[in-house]
Amino acid sequence: MSDKTLHVELVAADQAVWAGAAKMVIAKTVEGEIGLLPGHEPMLAILAAGEVRITLPTGEKLVASAEDGFLSIEHDVLTIFARHAALV
Amino acid sequence: MGAQLRVYRQKIKSAQTTKKITRAMELISASRIAKAQQRVAAATPYSRAVTRAVSAVATFSNIDHPLTTEPARIDRAAVVIFTSDRGLAGAFSSNVLKEAEQLTTLLREQGKDVIYFLVGRKSVSNFSFRRRESAQAWIGGTDLPKVDTAKEISDAVLEAFKKDFADGGVDEIHLIFNRFVSMISQEPETVRLLPLEVVEAEEAPSAGDVFPLYEFEPDAGKVLDALLPVYVESRIYNAMLQSAASEHAARQKAMKSATDNAEKLIKNYTRLSNAARQSEITQQISEIVGGADALASQGDED
Repeated sequence: MSDKTLHVELVAADQAVWAGAAKMVIAKTVEGEIGLLPGHEPMLAILAAGEVRITLPTGEKLVASAEDGFLSIEHDVLTIFARHAALV
Repeated sequence: MGAQLRVYRQKIKSAQTTKKITRAMELISASRIAKAQQRVAAATPYSRAVTRAVSAVATFSNIDHPLTTEPARIDRAAVVIFTSDRGLAGAFSSNVLKEAEQLTTLLREQGKDVIYFLVGRKSVSNFSFRRRESAQAWIGGTDLPKVDTAKEISDAVLEAFKKDFADGGVDEIHLIFNRFVSMISQEPETVRLLPLEVVEAEEAPSAGDVFPLYEFEPDAGKVLDALLPVYVESRIYNAMLQSAASEHAARQKAMKSATDNAEKLIKNYTRLSNAARQSEITQQISEIVGGADALASQGDED
């Protein structure tokens, strides 16, 4: 497996919640769950209410909730911005 | 104590009381500016992400959306005015209202009808004093804006935007608010919110480039449908935060000069009262000396 990582930013309307590197991110869009790895094609999706699971490069897992938001990925930079977002 | 002296003492006391109040307000505002600025900074990543996403849709898809296309005729424009709830902030609110006045004149010259959405008690009282109509008003909480209020405002303006002209709908939305430039400078700013004027493209695409395929889920139209209200809301929220930070800065500045003026008054009145006291004493001395002289000369005659 390559050592490339995603740069993830989790942003709520009134603050930046979390930012950092990740190996994989699983999020729930209106079309269903999607797993994102480094090298993903550029995409912009509407998020469904639910949790976002982030796997850190160390293998640890981080879970956040996001509601009423969007997900955008471009050049291995993943931005999840939602009106309400928080780490669980 | 002479009458003159008493009047000066009274004036000094009243200036001192005023100074205490204005000094307290100055300190309160000063402590709140930092917090307001932090809130602006905290909300920036979100609005940047939203703006970038809007520009991505605009750049990588060619769909026509009612919110982005300029209508052939613009017959009515909505102006959202952000003022403060409370006064004692110098020209803070009147600057914005003046700017709104100019914009109104400009829009009327272009043959457009203008309706207003007001934020802040000061704009509401200004409008009711001039007996002007406003479509909707929000009061309270201008110094500590809430995301929910921003959502209410954006819902209201978007609803007006989606309506037809005949039903009282608008074709254009402008925001007027005080932009926080620095602690000592806040500028009234007019922004046309809708139809989208300039979408800040991250990397301006040049014609020769081959773009990566951009995927939208579910599809570009639906993403834009969902994204634009969020964009409008985040712009309005940003305007409210800027306005709040500017309000505190303007109040701090106004109260600082009020305090300085009070100090100057106190100094002047103290000088005057000293002079009055001295002249009173001088007069008393000369009266006594004159009286003693008179008595002495009377004694000589006896």
